[in-house]
Amino acid sequence: MKRLALILFLIPTIIWAQEPTGKEILERVDKNMAAKSTISTSKMVIHGARQTRTIEAKSWGMGDKKSFTEYLSPAREKGTKMLKLEDELWIYSPSADRIIKISGHMLRQSLMGSDLSYEDMMDNTELLEDYDAGVIGSEIVDDRNCWIVELQAKTAEVNYQTRKIWVDKNRYIPLKEELYAKSGKLLKKTELFDITKMGNRWYPKKIVFKDMLKKGNGTEFIIDKIEFDKKIDAYIFTKASLK
Amino acid sequence: MLAIKLAYRNLIGAGLRTWLNVFVLSFTYILIIWQYGVIDGWNYQAKFDMQAWEFGNGQYWQRNYDPYDYFSFEESHAAIPELLQKATSEGIVTPILISQGTIYPDGRLQSMILRGISPNQKVIAIPSAELNTKSEEIPVVIGRRMANSCKLKQGDITTIRWRDANGTFDAKEVKVVKIFNCDVPSVDAGQMYISLEKLQEMMQTPGEATMFVVGENSAMKDSISGWKYKSIDFLMKDMTELIKMKKVGGSIFYFILLLLAMLAIFDTQVLSIFRRQKEIGTYIAMGMTRKQVVGLFTVEGAMHAILAVIVGAVYGVPFLLWQMKIGMTMPAGSDDMGIPIAKTIFPVYGAGLVISTILLVLIITTIVSYMPAHKISKMNPTDAIKGKIQ
Repeated sequence: MKRLALILFLIPTIIWAQEPTGKEILERVDKNMAAKSTISTSKMVIHGARQTRTIEAKSWGMGDKKSFTEYLSPAREKGTKMLKLEDELWIYSPSADRIIKISGHMLRQSLMGSDLSYEDMMDNTELLEDYDAGVIGSEIVDDRNCWIVELQAKTAEVNYQTRKIWVDKNRYIPLKEELYAKSGKLLKKTELFDITKMGNRWYPKKIVFKDMLKKGNGTEFIIDKIEFDKKIDAYIFTKASLK
Repeated sequence: MLAIKLAYRNLIGAGLRTWLNVFVLSFTYILIIWQYGVIDGWNYQAKFDMQAWEFGNGQYWQRNYDPYDYFSFEESHAAIPELLQKATSEGIVTPILISQGTIYPDGRLQSMILRGISPNQKVIAIPSAELNTKSEEIPVVIGRRMANSCKLKQGDITTIRWRDANGTFDAKEVKVVKIFNCDVPSVDAGQMYISLEKLQEMMQTPGEATMFVVGENSAMKDSISGWKYKSIDFLMKDMTELIKMKKVGGSIFYFILLLLAMLAIFDTQVLSIFRRQKEIGTYIAMGMTRKQVVGLFTVEGAMHAILAVIVGAVYGVPFLLWQMKIGMTMPAGSDDMGIPIAKTIFPVYGAGLVISTILLVLIITTIVSYMPAHKISKMNPTDAIKGKIQ
């Protein structure tokens, strides 16, 4: 009887001990999603105030530091190429036949009229380096049981003081992220849909970005095809490949 | 004196031909004076407004500040030095902190410049005292152009987003407590005025500023370490260049008009010499030297310009005075061109402008009159009396 009472007393403690910490959750997310390289074809559907535009692109990525994107359609954007190397970004515009480096205040401009800025695209923030992560609760998102991981900036030099990430408890993939201003105002929201098993990882086929201060339905990012850990020529990630 | 008397009689005797020439010349006078007057009036008004609203009597810029380079804003703020702190408390200068921001009027995204200004300053005309308005939201003051482009009205509440000195995003609600009307687009379009102390707090830059405006009655221009003094001439360089360009552009128009008037006078002179050969021969036969006859015809031509001054004064002076009083209304939208321009420009006519215009026309007319008259010196007086064409 005494043993039963002890077991009953210990059960909640054991369950509690099994709850991963925020840091562990983010490490598992990283493990699930990170790839040495990716080659993808995608669509960006920009819902503006008056019209909706769809831009198709093919991208090559090496970790999160190097990426190369070539826009395939519409005709107006066709041939535009974008190269990101660490903290630097170049764009080649076929109509001007010029390579332009996007820097400083230009990084704050919207990426082709979407809810994403060039800066958002360049975001290489190491979450665990710059933020203290803590689990602040659980919530059901799209019928999936999620942890809510709150990230509070450790240093002053970060873009967002607070972030909240809803991570699927079984698949270790974020289903939603919210970015907050210092005042606590919600600035941006990202939602991930159509989570699909690809090899040994779970990956979203659709991501919706929304600038919460702006009117509109946000920008959808739809992945049509993605391949992981394929060999990519080093030439792709050079400025020479832009022209 | 005789030449002048004769010239006057001959001119009046020519009747309609003279009055047509005189009228065209007088019109040229009035047009030149009016056009230069409008440009001078615009220049005067623009400089006055720019000093009152933006430049004061010069500015001190933090050494990294470049108003034409938005990239410089993040790095161009520094602690207020002691000398400028003292001048600020005496009301001689006023500090301004500048930063980039984004405004979301009705869910639309628009870039703008945030300017922190002391609500108690009296150095420039921005109605900064309104920033003392008590409000749950941050009180802000904007200009008419900014209000139009953002479709904001007084009392409207909207969201602004900015990054502090560390690059962290922040966003809050602001309330438009005042919309001011100003003729200087650079202090209005895309600008939002906020309390200096509040912006310093928002930017995490307490006690810092980007620039200082020196009051109009102060001659302060001492060099200060880390801050560059910019004189009023330097600050108004663009406007001065623009005015110069406008004057050159305008002069092409009246040059054409002047050319037509001179052509008419030249033709009149050629015709006179051709038709009045007997008269020329008689003058010489009666003892006038060739030089005197050339002088007579030159004075006759130049007298067009003098008569034009009198005729021009009859209808021109009331017209110019009337214009000075009511001004010239600029077309709608001209103040959105990015240059300081008032809705109504009041011409300014200086004595220098009037005298130089009269002298210019007089000299040109005399030269044009002399050119055909010069032919007389080569005439044979006997043939001239006979009326033989030479």
